[in-house]
Amino acid sequence: MNGIWASTLDILTSYGSMISLAGVGIFLIMAVNALVAVYFERKVSAFMQDRLGPMEVGIFGFKGGKKFWGGIGQTIADTVKLLTKEDILPDSADKKLMILAPFIIFIGAFVTFIGVPFSSVLLVSNFNIGIFYIIAMSSVGVVGIILAGWASNNKWSLYGSLRSAAQIISYEIPAGLSLILVVLVAGSLNIHDIVGWQADHRWFIFHSPMAFLAFFVYFISGVAETNRTPFDIPEAESELVAGWMTEYSGFRWALFFLSEYANMLIVCILTAVVFLGGWLSPMAMFNIFPESWLIFDGIWWGAFWIMFKAIFLIFVMMWFRWTFPRLRVDQLMYLCWKVLIPFALVNLVLVSIWELL
Amino acid sequence: MSTKPHIDQSLVKTEEMVLNMGPQHPSTHGVLRLKIHTDGEVVSKIEPIIGYLHRCFEKHCEHLGYEQIVPFTDRCDYIASMHMNHGYALAMERLMGIEVPPRVEYIRVIVGELQRIASHLVALGTFGLDIGAITPFTWMIRDRERILDLFENLCGARLLYNYIWVGGVSHDLPEKFIRRTKEFIDYFTPQMDEFDQLLTFNKIFIERTADVGILPPDVAINYGVTGPSLRGSGVKWDLRKDEAYSAYPELEFDVPVGTGKMGSVGDCWDRYWVRMLEMRESVRIIDQALKSIPDGDVRAAVPKKVRPPKGSVYSRFETARGEIGYYIISDGKNIPVRLKMRSPAFCNLSVISEIAEGWMISDLIAILGSLDIVLGEIDR
Amino acid sequence: MDFANIKKVLDVRCPDLIDTDGDRPSIMVKPESWGIVSNLLKTDPDLTFDSLMCLSGFDLVEDDHLGVAYHFYSMDKRHDLEVIIRTPKENPSIPSIANIWRAADWHEREAYDMYGIIFEGHPDLKRILLPDDWEGFPLRKDYVQADTYQGIIIKKDKTYWK
Repeated sequence: MNGIWASTLDILTSYGSMISLAGVGIFLIMAVNALVAVYFERKVSAFMQDRLGPMEVGIFGFKGGKKFWGGIGQTIADTVKLLTKEDILPDSADKKLMILAPFIIFIGAFVTFIGVPFSSVLLVSNFNIGIFYIIAMSSVGVVGIILAGWASNNKWSLYGSLRSAAQIISYEIPAGLSLILVVLVAGSLNIHDIVGWQADHRWFIFHSPMAFLAFFVYFISGVAETNRTPFDIPEAESELVAGWMTEYSGFRWALFFLSEYANMLIVCILTAVVFLGGWLSPMAMFNIFPESWLIFDGIWWGAFWIMFKAIFLIFVMMWFRWTFPRLRVDQLMYLCWKVLIPFALVNLVLVSIWELL
Repeated sequence: MSTKPHIDQSLVKTEEMVLNMGPQHPSTHGVLRLKIHTDGEVVSKIEPIIGYLHRCFEKHCEHLGYEQIVPFTDRCDYIASMHMNHGYALAMERLMGIEVPPRVEYIRVIVGELQRIASHLVALGTFGLDIGAITPFTWMIRDRERILDLFENLCGARLLYNYIWVGGVSHDLPEKFIRRTKEFIDYFTPQMDEFDQLLTFNKIFIERTADVGILPPDVAINYGVTGPSLRGSGVKWDLRKDEAYSAYPELEFDVPVGTGKMGSVGDCWDRYWVRMLEMRESVRIIDQALKSIPDGDVRAAVPKKVRPPKGSVYSRFETARGEIGYYIISDGKNIPVRLKMRSPAFCNLSVISEIAEGWMISDLIAILGSLDIVLGEIDR
Repeated sequence: MDFANIKKVLDVRCPDLIDTDGDRPSIMVKPESWGIVSNLLKTDPDLTFDSLMCLSGFDLVEDDHLGVAYHFYSMDKRHDLEVIIRTPKENPSIPSIANIWRAADWHEREAYDMYGIIFEGHPDLKRILLPDDWEGFPLRKDYVQADTYQGIIIKKDKTYWK
């Protein structure tokens, strides 16, 4: 008996430690991502707008001054400010739901990371339904958004949350249809299999003209799903004050922020994995490089490549944000239902024919 | 192609929601409050509520000497203070029959057109901001900064100048002003093409603004809409041409009007485009005025205490936002009996409930942005 | 058309209803005939005053009358006109022209706000710049400043300065 208990306990603790290790790892990734991405975004926007961006706050006595990388302690200072700020719950708000909402959004982003690979081995769990899981979990957040908007008891929040619900649910469809294209060709939902297909053949974006188009459909939908300009109507600053986040402050707002940037990373990593060869090095695709360059294709180089691609896509998202104006609600829906979905559907049919040929 | 959204009331039972947009709202350009009735996203009724920035300008004027009113006019339209000064000075000069020296007229035109560019930059930038484009705003503010630097060099103030006085200007042009203005023009002309690339012909921007908030010319005239908003509706009406004052008759420029290039005449895009073109015209005017500015005095012979003769005057002036009108009644003393400011944005704003009803909240923001209001001048 | 010609046209169209004030280029209209004259100004093919530039109330103390000055302009004919209407201070009332020139809507509200002139037939005559519960009409010359508004001290209280 004793032996069985001990081994059960052993298994439980080892499972527990593994799970908590993965959890801490994911949380660290999310936090570091938010820290870096916020700084990156501010600097990118400053660069595009002829400004300097954060310049004052240094870290460890290290201050950029009037250099481009100045003010690198700014986001840390902001985080400390957010965490120590008073959390205000409006008097007439539905308090329980209002407290619950940010956690739902956060959990949605958090659990999605279980299926998101950072390299061929840096992956919490290698499901056989990997892509499906990621799509499913990344839409959990919309529940939190609706809750946040409703519970705030603020008309602007309500508008924001309803816009967001309509937008995210609509854009799931073209995003899903574009990914099905990949699944169709690779014959698996598993991320390893999909990257494996790309290693055997070529990056998926170069698979066929249809796949090239699907990449753009997916990326546009991804931008829309993460509520970023030009699709940032749920939090449209100039219209809805701050949309569904209007009544939030301090820690709870920080959770929203964390999740937003985490979602960006998820969308970009998924795009990189599915269309841009994931952890494969770009050199492997062309046969012009000498054999010795294949060292860039190892496990750790894989993490570098996947992050390199993802960060490039994040940069493109920021580029969008600081260049484009915002669409209107009906134009957003028009783009989704009358442009992207037909394109994605036709794409799907064409790619099926392409595969048969 | 934007069309007014249509909701079939027989299919869904909906209730209207009353929404208070403002006085604290990111894009009401100040402390404007719009009480809007919304049917989903569609705005069915708009009730503008103003007066949050009322500072008793007219009451103050009845207790101040004529020459002391000039700095108060600054505070009314703080985005285009030079024009407010100039409008007031013009009204007083018409009331008193003062002939100002030609150099003054040219200085006034130069600073007025610089001010017009500065004001339009703010108008267009914030309009872009309302639509969601942030970068054009910072670019425009960057260029406006250069004009403010010129003004700082000119009169020491960056926003409230108190520069154009009755019968003249407070200082002559500083030494390097003309050279620096020329440099600014050389710098600014290519910038306008950049703005066009970034914002004006952006597909999303056109989608958002073309065919939205169409203001027909007859409605515009009936509501007293003036300035670029009226010209955006295709009415060729500019006081600088039609009731020319100062040195404008001697200078060559065009009056741009809205032509419905991207949608229909009088939509938000037209109002935007008219302002964009007006900046080019202003550059032309400044260029000519700098070349032909005469030497001479900068003050007419005006007594220290201004005492206009008994009588009244209604004088109007083309500011960056439209026609500013000053109605001054004098009884021969050194303070006015009545000074009424007919502010352009006051009339321009009153048209919003006419043109924005039936559009979405996002469109309402766009329409409001395209009208280019300044609350300081509406509430006075 | 200059003022003399406009006056001539008006003299023909509506005799006895208009008047001039000395040699100033403005016409005086009695409140009761303003309804007819205003319609005429807008619709008469020779006048077509389609734009109301300004509408300002004023208080000249002298004869216990308030006044309203209208400034019209014709975009078509390019001429302008000043119309002055005087109304007794006890019961100031003038027919509204807000349904003819929409620009008059807010301007009439402002004149009501500042002078208490009632514009009859105005669609929504209420205060515009001041709060709805403000007492008195501040631009009248006999206006006495209240001490407080809703408990807020209005007058300059210099005791706090020391």
